[in-house]
Formats: sequence, C-alpha cells, structure tokens
Amino acid sequence: MTLHPMLAALRRHKAGVVLIALQIALTLAIVCNAIFIIGSRIERIQRPSGLDEQNLFMVSQQFVGAPTGDDEATTDKLDSLQLADLSTLRNLPDVQSATPINSLPLANSTWSGGASIKPDEKNEAARVVYFFGGKDLLKTLGVRLVSGRDFTDAEIGHRAFRAANKPTVAIISQALADKLYPAHDALGKAIYFDGGTSPTTIIGIVERLQASTVDSWANAFAWNTALIPTRLDAGYARYAVRAKPGRMDEAMKAATAALYKANPMRVFFFDGKGARGFDEIRANAYRADRGMAILMSMICLILLAVTGAGIVGLTSFWVGQRHKQIGVRRALGARKRDILRYFQTENLMIAGGGALAGIALAVGLNLWLMHRFEMDRIPVWYVLLGVGVVLLLGQLAVFAPAHRASNVPPVVATRSV
Amino acid sequence: MFGYYLDLALRSLKRNPALTVLMVMAIGFGVAASMITYSVFRAVSGNPIPDKSAQLFMPQIDAWGPQQNDKGEPAEALTYVDAMALLRAHAAKRQTLLYLVQLSAMPGGSRELPLGLNGYAVTSDFFPMFDVPFRYGNGWGAQGDEARASDVVISAELNRKLFAGAYSVGRTLDLGGHDYRVVGVAGHWNPQPRFYDLFSTSGFADEPDFYMVFNRALDLQMRPGGRNSCRGALTFTTWEEYTQSNCVWVTPWVELNTPDEVARYRGFLTHYAADQQHAGRFSWAPNVRLRDVTQWMDYEHVVPPESRISLAVALGFFLICLVNTIGLLLAKFMRRAGEIGVRRALGASRREIYTQYLIEAGTVGLAGGVLGLLLTALGVAGVGILFQPHIAKLARLDFSLVGLTLAVAIVATVLAAFYPTWRAARVQPAWQLKSS
Repeated sequence: MTLHPMLAALRRHKAGVVLIALQIALTLAIVCNAIFIIGSRIERIQRPSGLDEQNLFMVSQQFVGAPTGDDEATTDKLDSLQLADLSTLRNLPDVQSATPINSLPLANSTWSGGASIKPDEKNEAARVVYFFGGKDLLKTLGVRLVSGRDFTDAEIGHRAFRAANKPTVAIISQALADKLYPAHDALGKAIYFDGGTSPTTIIGIVERLQASTVDSWANAFAWNTALIPTRLDAGYARYAVRAKPGRMDEAMKAATAALYKANPMRVFFFDGKGARGFDEIRANAYRADRGMAILMSMICLILLAVTGAGIVGLTSFWVGQRHKQIGVRRALGARKRDILRYFQTENLMIAGGGALAGIALAVGLNLWLMHRFEMDRIPVWYVLLGVGVVLLLGQLAVFAPAHRASNVPPVVATRSV
Repeated sequence: MFGYYLDLALRSLKRNPALTVLMVMAIGFGVAASMITYSVFRAVSGNPIPDKSAQLFMPQIDAWGPQQNDKGEPAEALTYVDAMALLRAHAAKRQTLLYLVQLSAMPGGSRELPLGLNGYAVTSDFFPMFDVPFRYGNGWGAQGDEARASDVVISAELNRKLFAGAYSVGRTLDLGGHDYRVVGVAGHWNPQPRFYDLFSTSGFADEPDFYMVFNRALDLQMRPGGRNSCRGALTFTTWEEYTQSNCVWVTPWVELNTPDEVARYRGFLTHYAADQQHAGRFSWAPNVRLRDVTQWMDYEHVVPPESRISLAVALGFFLICLVNTIGLLLAKFMRRAGEIGVRRALGASRREIYTQYLIEAGTVGLAGGVLGLLLTALGVAGVGILFQPHIAKLARLDFSLVGLTLAVAIVATVLAAFYPTWRAARVQPAWQLKSS
C-alpha cells in the first residue's frame, strides 16, 4: 500500500489530525512522567527499614507532675519512672521484649548529629541519626547484626535528655561504617560524635537501619544511623515493644492499660491512644508517596480512557464522512482487510507523529519537574514504554470504527446519497 | 431565540448520546481533577493574615557562621542571646518572641486524667500584632511581661474543656504543677499556614491550647517543646549553659509599617551583627535577613511539593480533556454541515450559527460542570489519601469552589467550541445543498 493517497487524505482533515496528534503528544508527556513518578514512589515505599517490622509497636507518653531540671536527683527520678514503665511492659504476657527508645525509623522524630573519625573535628565526616535505647534494644528492633556483638547490660547507661552525648560504645549501620571507613573494617575503630573529644568504640555493625524521617532534608544521610546504649531521661518517654507473634493488638491494648494502672499521671501521645503499630508508623511516613502513586495511576487511567474515546469519536466521524469513498474503493476491488488496514495505518501515522512531539514534551516536562521538585531524570525506557502505550491505545481505539468501515458494502458506491 | 437554540442543542445532544456522554465525562473529569487539587493548593498557599502580611517581618541573624549555617542562609530561628538582644533593643514599634511549649493540665474537677496541652510562650505584643480575637478578657500588657506574671490566655476549646465554656477570666489553672491566672480566652484563631511558627511546625497544626508569658516560661526553665537546632559540639547541661549555647529555638517577629521602618530595622540588624563581630562573638561578617510573611512562607516551602505537582498534572490533564472536547465538537458540528447549509440558505447569518453552536457547547459545559461538581465533592472528601490529615481537612467544597467549578467548566467548553463553531459557520450553503 502506498502512503501517498493516505497523506493526501490527511491533508484534507488537518484540524482533526492535529487535534489527535496533540492529544497523543500531551497524553504521552503526562503518562510517562506519571508512570515514572509512580515507579519511583513505589520503589521508595518498598525500601526495607532494616527492622523486623512485624509485631513491633511504639508507646509514646509524657509524665505529668514529674520534676523538671538537669540535676542528678531529677535525672534519677525520671529514670526510675522510665524503668518502672519498662518493667510493667516486660511483665505483660503478650510482650516479648521492650526497650526505651527516642524514636523509630520512619517515626518522624529525629535526633541527628555529626560523626567524625578524629577528635574535635570542625568538619564532620558524616551526618548521623541517633537511636538512643536501653536493654534489649537490638532484640526488640529486630535489626540484623552483620559483625561485632550486641551491647552488654553493663554498657547501658542513662543521662539527662540535654546532657552531652558521650557514649563509650555504639553500634552503627553498614552505610555509616562504609562512609566513615571506606577502605577498612570499621569494627573496633573509634568514632567521635558531635565534634567531641571522647572516642566511642564501634562494637557492632548492623546491615541496615533507616533514619527516623523520610523528609527530604535527611535524604543525604537516610541510612547513616547509630544505636547508642543510653536511656534518655526527660519529662516524656517512648518505648519500642515487640509483641509475641500474632499478639500485637492484645499487647498494644494491654500495654497502655497497664501503664495507666501503674501510674495514671501521664499523657499518652498518638491522639491519646499511647501505642502505635509500626505498620501505622510506616503508612503515615509514606502517606504522601502512596497518595501520589494512587493519584497518578488514576490520572493515567482516566487520561488514557479519555484519549482513547476521543480517537474513537473522531475516527467514527471520518468513517461516516468517507462512507461513499470507502464504498468506491470496495467496488474497485479493495478487500475488507485493506480498508481496515488503511484506517489502522492512518492512525499509526498520526499517533506516531504525536508520539514524536510527545517525546519532546515528556522530556521537557521532566526537566521542569527536576528543576522545580528535585525529581530525577526520567530513564529512556519509561519514555519508550509511554510511546508503546499510546501507539497501542491508538490501535485499540481505532479498531472498532475501522472495523465498521471495512463492513461498508461496495454497493454504496452506486448510490447517489 | 435562546430558548429555541437550547431546545435544538438538547435534541442534537440526544441524537448521539455516546458522543455527548464522552464529552460530558471528559469535561467532568478534567474539571474535577483540577478543582480537587486546586482546593488543596488554595488552602495551603493562602495568605493566613492578608491585612498585615506585608507589615510583619521575621528577623534572622546568622549565629552559626559560614562553616555551619545552611548554605549561607542564617538559621530559621534565633539563639536565646540574640533573641533577648532584639527584645531589649526594641527597635520596632511592636515585636514579639515566641516558642512552642508543652504542659499538662492537672486532673481536677470531673477529670481524673491529666490533659496534654500545646501552647506558646509569647510576649505581650503577640496578640495585637497578629490580630488574635478574644472571646473574654484580653492579652496581658507590657507590665505582664515585666512582672514575669503567671498570666495565661487559653483557647476557646480549652475553656470549654476546663470551664465548660463559662466566663473564666480571673480563674486559676494548674498547668504542669504551677498556678496560672486566666486573663483572656481567645476566640477561634488558628491561621493556616501557621506563618508565625514555621520553625517547629510545617505550617499545619491544631489550634494551640494556651499562650503564656515568655519571661515566665524562661523563669520556669521550660525547654522548647518544638524544634531545637544546634551546631558543633554540644557541651551544655544546665539551663544557663543551654541559653548561652548556639542552639536556635526562639522565633522573633516585628511589625514595621513603612518602607522606611523596614530599611531602618534592616540597618539595625546588620549593625547588631557587626557589633557581635567586633565583640568577638561572631567571626564572620554580618549575615542577616528580614523576610515578611509571604517571603518567609516561600522560603520555608510551606506548600507541600505534592500539592504543586498534583495541581500541575491536573491542569495538564484538563488541557488534554479540552483538546479532546475540541475534536469531538468538531466531529459533531461538521456532521451537521448539511443542516447548517440549509439554515444559511434560508437566511441565517453567521452570527446566528455562532450563537446556536456556542449555546450547544455551553450546555455540554454545564452538564460537564455538574458532573465535575459531583466528582469534586467526592474527591475533596478523599484527599486524605494524598495529604496529611492536618492539610486534608483544609480542603473544603465551599460556595466559591462550587461556583468556580461550574464557571471553569462552561467557560472552558465554550472556549474549546470556538474553533469547531468557526468551522461550522464557514460552511458554504451552496456546496452542501448541491451535494445532497
């Protein structure tokens, strides 16, 4: 089949051709950027935190009427309140282990500082997010130790919330270890926190432990984390609790009830509930990402449907308009297949032209998003996928009207109207 | 004539129900997507204090220096030392210092359990500067600041919880083990975004429960209940050491009414930073900022990126829907070329054809708008999947959004109809009559 008559025919429908091509181009630009956004958000959501997330929950509360101050007596008093709570939690039948902790990965409350391998450094080697915990810290979090050992009970200390951070030992994430000691094994080496002068020995390295926030300000150090064996004593306290397998709901209910019973002078956070499962913490942290992925998927689907319907509408109109010409072609010996193929090829040409323009638009839109929203460059295969999708959409949309066209009987050619 | 054309439009739309439904759906979805995302965008990017946003300024002084500051920008709050220096200098007509504090209301009356409260430690100018409305009483005056009084202003909501909504001025309240005297009950006041504290909040939070005297909070050594940001080695333990550290936690605001006052205050800030440099406290040249409410919200990126991206994508989506509508209207109108030819031959002017077909397009637009409105109502209820609850609940379907949705749908469809109508009006009567 030669393309010449087809091009001549298209020239007589400039407006319709331009409209379909424009629609395909815009659809392609939006769809492939949307798929890219969906892909990158899903990838982000699915990153493992490094915790054993099943059966893990956090209790967050504030002591009321507790003393305030930084003196030793106050610190000891606050520490005893915290230890009392922990023993209450550990004695519950559905609780496997519990540890005091300042935050959890994704919990959106972050204590960050600087880490160096030399004392008194003005320029830190890495930004680090701390997790301060007590007894059973590793066990409760369920993080995987790849080298070194767990903290011993004797290494666990406590201090006033605002006092200087000078631990003698710490367990750090593999990411932080690689950053600080790229050429050596970090195990057993020294680390200096917050520009301090007292060394902390790295006694263990965990495979992976995510920072306590997914906000963009912490992107650069999202995996640089350190576990510090220190209970922080303040007017508020948080506990990470691991329930016995399958007993999570019961343990959460029992935990807050038992804490209230032991000491009612407290205010529970998390909307007054006091306990929040890690699944909910994760859902909250990634709410925007998940929502974005859902929104983009919906927009993609509706967009493809609208564009497809638009092609059906315009092609149907053309088929109606060329009713007689189709009859003439059929009378002159064109087979049904030829008519079908004519409309399909025509659509392929228009959609192909639109797709070419769409590639440019897609890249332009991506550059704009990169500039405004710190997005990444779109990989080529997303654009190619988008091109495939719109071409396929065009073919699917054109099939019904083209099929109807192919059914025009040759006798139409002999009728005058 | 309008009624007749409307009748013709309805008949024509009924003739190809599939095509009509397609157009109405395209407009409806396009408008709804745009309106839903716009309702959120409007909520988060709105001016929280339109009357005074150009007169309220947030001074910043770099106490961290080029090595530790945020890529050359001073910290987003002040150290205690700088904050107190600004307060003492009193270089603006009105000024306030504030920070977020957390306290608990002790059990009492019918409540057995304590109540966790969020509030702000502020100076007396806070209330007149930010136009805080009062239900009962008033804020404390400058003498309250000086006397370091245990005065407190509570929210209407807290007044309801503690005093059953009664006139509570003069009553006493136990917060965290200390007695406070209620001097005022604020009316509902929770500007969104919370421009005055973008340091501790992202701009969207529940209404604060109380406001207490800044000096009183210092006397009680109340640590900031919100954000606190420090640089370098942390060596402090006591409150005194903490207040002398480089940690920033106090947000200052000043009210400046004329460009002259602004220039003068800017000069004052630079001068102050230069003095600190001479005194040896800063080892860097003065690095100060003075941003007004709008500039400050821009700098703090109050509008979540999700809101901008989704609005942009929705507008693109709407554009495609319009292109789609142009195509479909073109097909629809041109199919009636014969009918147009007859009307033209019988004496209808081009203007008549224009009127008829634009009315038809307007009808489609109206139907699309109504569908869009339904979808918008549905979507506004469901924006919680995309935004944090504090933001999601700001999106509302109010009167102006309803009007806007319908207006946008009709105007957009009529605009989209211009090209197809122009083509319809150009139909040559002779041609059409001859061929049929």
